[in-house]
Amino acid sequence: MQQTFLLTVLTFLPVAGTLALLLLRDDDHVWIRRLALATALVEFGISLLLLRGFNSQVAGYQYQEFRAWIPQPPIHYHLGIDGLSLFLVLLTTLLTPISILASWKSIDQRVKGFFICLLVLETGVIGVFVSLDLFLFFLFWEVMLIPMYFLIGIWGHERRIYAALKFVLYTMFGSILMLVAILWLYRLTVVAGYPTFDVPQIQALLSNGTITPPYRTEMLLFGAFFLAFAIKVPLFPLHTWLPDAHTEAPTAGSVMLAGVLLKMGTYGMLRFCLPLFPEAAHKLAPAIAVLAIIGIIYGALVAMVQVDLKRLVAYSSVSHLGFVVLGIFAFHAISIQGAVYQMLAHGISTGALFLGVGMLYDRRHTHLIAEYGGLATPMPVLAALYLFSCFASAGLPLLNGFVGEFLILAGTFQHHAAWASWAALGVIFSAVYLLWSYQRVFFGTITREKNGTLPDADLRERGILFLMAAIILWMGVGSPFFTRRMEVSTQNILQQMQRPQATYDAGSIHDQNRNSMNLNHSAIAADTVNLK
Amino acid sequence: MFPPLQDLYRIAPELVLCGFGMLVMFLAPIVPKAKHGVLTFLSLAGAALALASTRFMALNSGDAYSGLIRADAFSLFVHFIVIDVAFLAIMGSADYLKREGLDAGEFCALILFATAGMGVMAGAHELLTAFVGLEMSSIASYILASYRRDAPRSNEAAMKYFLLGSFATAFFLYGVALSFGATGSTHLDLMTPLANDSSHILLKLGLGFIFIGLAFKVAAAPFQLWTPDVYEGAPAPVTALLSTGPKAAAFALAIRIMASVDAAPPLWFWALCVAAVLSMFAGNLSALVQTNVKRMLAYSSIAHAGYILVALAAAAATDHMEAGIAAALFYLVSYAIVKLGAFLIVAHLGGAGERHVEIEDFAGLARRQPGMAACMSLFLLSLLGLPVAAGFLGKFYIFNAALESNLIWLVILLGLNSVIAAYYYLRVIVTMYMREPEHEIAALPVPWTLAIVLWIAAAGTIYAGLFPARIIGFATKAALNIR
Repeated sequence: MQQTFLLTVLTFLPVAGTLALLLLRDDDHVWIRRLALATALVEFGISLLLLRGFNSQVAGYQYQEFRAWIPQPPIHYHLGIDGLSLFLVLLTTLLTPISILASWKSIDQRVKGFFICLLVLETGVIGVFVSLDLFLFFLFWEVMLIPMYFLIGIWGHERRIYAALKFVLYTMFGSILMLVAILWLYRLTVVAGYPTFDVPQIQALLSNGTITPPYRTEMLLFGAFFLAFAIKVPLFPLHTWLPDAHTEAPTAGSVMLAGVLLKMGTYGMLRFCLPLFPEAAHKLAPAIAVLAIIGIIYGALVAMVQVDLKRLVAYSSVSHLGFVVLGIFAFHAISIQGAVYQMLAHGISTGALFLGVGMLYDRRHTHLIAEYGGLATPMPVLAALYLFSCFASAGLPLLNGFVGEFLILAGTFQHHAAWASWAALGVIFSAVYLLWSYQRVFFGTITREKNGTLPDADLRERGILFLMAAIILWMGVGSPFFTRRMEVSTQNILQQMQRPQATYDAGSIHDQNRNSMNLNHSAIAADTVNLK
Repeated sequence: MFPPLQDLYRIAPELVLCGFGMLVMFLAPIVPKAKHGVLTFLSLAGAALALASTRFMALNSGDAYSGLIRADAFSLFVHFIVIDVAFLAIMGSADYLKREGLDAGEFCALILFATAGMGVMAGAHELLTAFVGLEMSSIASYILASYRRDAPRSNEAAMKYFLLGSFATAFFLYGVALSFGATGSTHLDLMTPLANDSSHILLKLGLGFIFIGLAFKVAAAPFQLWTPDVYEGAPAPVTALLSTGPKAAAFALAIRIMASVDAAPPLWFWALCVAAVLSMFAGNLSALVQTNVKRMLAYSSIAHAGYILVALAAAAATDHMEAGIAAALFYLVSYAIVKLGAFLIVAHLGGAGERHVEIEDFAGLARRQPGMAACMSLFLLSLLGLPVAAGFLGKFYIFNAALESNLIWLVILLGLNSVIAAYYYLRVIVTMYMREPEHEIAALPVPWTLAIVLWIAAAGTIYAGLFPARIIGFATKAALNIR
């Protein structure tokens, strides 16, 4: 296999951008913004190259890079993407320039630091999505905490410090257990004679039965990974950091948080929890599904009673991400595809909602719904575009939210009709809270005098929102463009969950192991040769 | 009789350190006060030469003085740590001494002597030699702790340190005596109990006392009570030295005893586990409520002693100790550079008389001195164990070693503690970046000497955090070599 540099460039270009930013004067705000935007746009352009060479028929990883890094324990710099991570990377590279544009005017304090944080965050997130080595994955997973912490803590709203700290502590708690699990997994590979942190290799070792973790171990490992991801998603009842973090973060921070960071959790479930620990996943799926459904309904109900518009959108994330988790743990090809699709759709539509809320905040410096009302008159364009995002988020057909939710519910229904029925309630509720809040903010008479003279969206804001609306529409009607490329990978995840049945038969374990070890050895050797 | 040249090569760093120490002492009264920068420079040259002379050790590895000192990869590794620490501490404190009006000559000479003592501890393969090293480093440290003679806190710190430190060395010596009674030797390789029942018990007792003595020195709970007071009261650059060098040397001695004396690992295993857990919790929980940065860092160093004890426990739990020892060594490196850097920053920001060492005084630092705030954040993040900084890999290796020894409960407790620790480290970062000072504090110009030290520490932290291959390779070699 030929080595490419595309993913490395993609991962570290933002950091290179920050180094360039450091050279600028602190008060040269114009050029700092321009340079940051240029970096993010170039990054986006490069990421589009991924689409060109991507072969949608290949189940394995593409654009792989494999280099020695730390010899002991054997840690490699291994990058690669498949249909699952491809679009998540694109989502990240798309939302970053949009976030930068969205903070063009609203950030006027410590501008340089802000854009540095945003770009470092981009590196961290892309790194998470493209890493194929558990250590590397964890490294990026943790690295991304620091810029997010600063984004919330420095440029956030009133209770920012509390929210930032809560966000970091929650995530760290989950991830430290994941680190233990990663090392435990590594020990299993050591015992089996093939020490590695490499995800595809571990996957191969588990799939062919070279490593057969005892039931209890598998449950614990699954639990540790799952907890870290569930906190990130966040799954009910681990969601309490989210409303604070989202509400207190500056607009760009909320967009990145809701748009991409939450997806790291669901991505992790798909990439690690399911393929590596299928037995535990099957065993715990009902419990997880119940939590997901509670999250869907609870998130929607709590969103309904919010008086703070941004908090409302934040809670809607809890509800929407519940759908994703449900889709994943229904173990149906369609529902998993729907889950991946919903991850993208939620990133765009909730991103758009946060952008709209941010634009309102820039004008009035409040998130309280009661402070608004009748805004459609002074700002018709913003009102129309915001409504569009609301529809998308509520899952109106022809828009992106519909595709994801439909696929999830359709797939889930095949296996668990009851789950799907309960979850469907969430679709109804989401229409209620979104439209009701919309009505209170944009319709009716103007109750506050200030609101009557608010300027409508300017060119920059229109550009951002039109772009988001266009993508929403495109994802709604042109979904095959996406599903075609992720189909093979999502099916592959289900295939990776298969384990050789004979290993459960006590008598033949030994032979089986020996055979598969031989097989596996050659497989790994072949793999390594390929990579070299 | 003159010792063979080979033996001198094997203690070359100590010879250089002591030589320069005495030279500086000798010159101190002769050189006029205004020109004491020369002495600092001379001491730096001494430390650099000592570092270079480890080459002699490396080329002539083996036993010196009929087995009293062993020059091996392990000793070499620890020498690197303590000499580097001394170099950076001398360089970083140059400006502090000028500011506080303290005499540089004596200060530097004492650091060199203390470092020589630590070097002896790292290489000693015989307990009385180790004791000599321990005393050399301790006595120099007592004086250093009281170096701000007119500051009551500094004197208090020195007194406490001296009294409790004497207790510790007494425990150590008592343990040595008991072990000698049990085995008839103080040479580590020959310490097998004599063939009678009572000598087994006696050896256990002896090793127990030795453990207590060393636990005092590394500030492990339940023998940590002196640490916060001493670290807070001592001049900040001295604290930087105390919390790194002697700790590394004492850990080195403990590791060497564990690796050489067969009776030690099984006996020490539970003691190590208990001490590790107690230190982690005592350190982190107390650090949570501190308002003084120095004191907070002192408690944090107790917690870090706990982390390293986990690595030692991992080593003690298995027959092949490499993973645990290598992890401990790597952690010591990653810990030493950042702790040194952090205390030197505190020394600098404290201002004249170290008046500004409350966390609140750091408010708005990111605006006042962005470079300083960035360095401090890096060091704190490394202590916290976030990646790209060396502390993360240090923790990673300790986790790995402990899991190899099936100490999963210890690993989980360690993990839990790093989350607790995150709170107080992040609080300092919050203060620096997210709060504004209540009253204006003037930005202090950063002297170039300190800037260099901080650059080295920051670059070292990131280098070890991203490309640990050479360091961990060396540490593993040292760990394999010790047995």
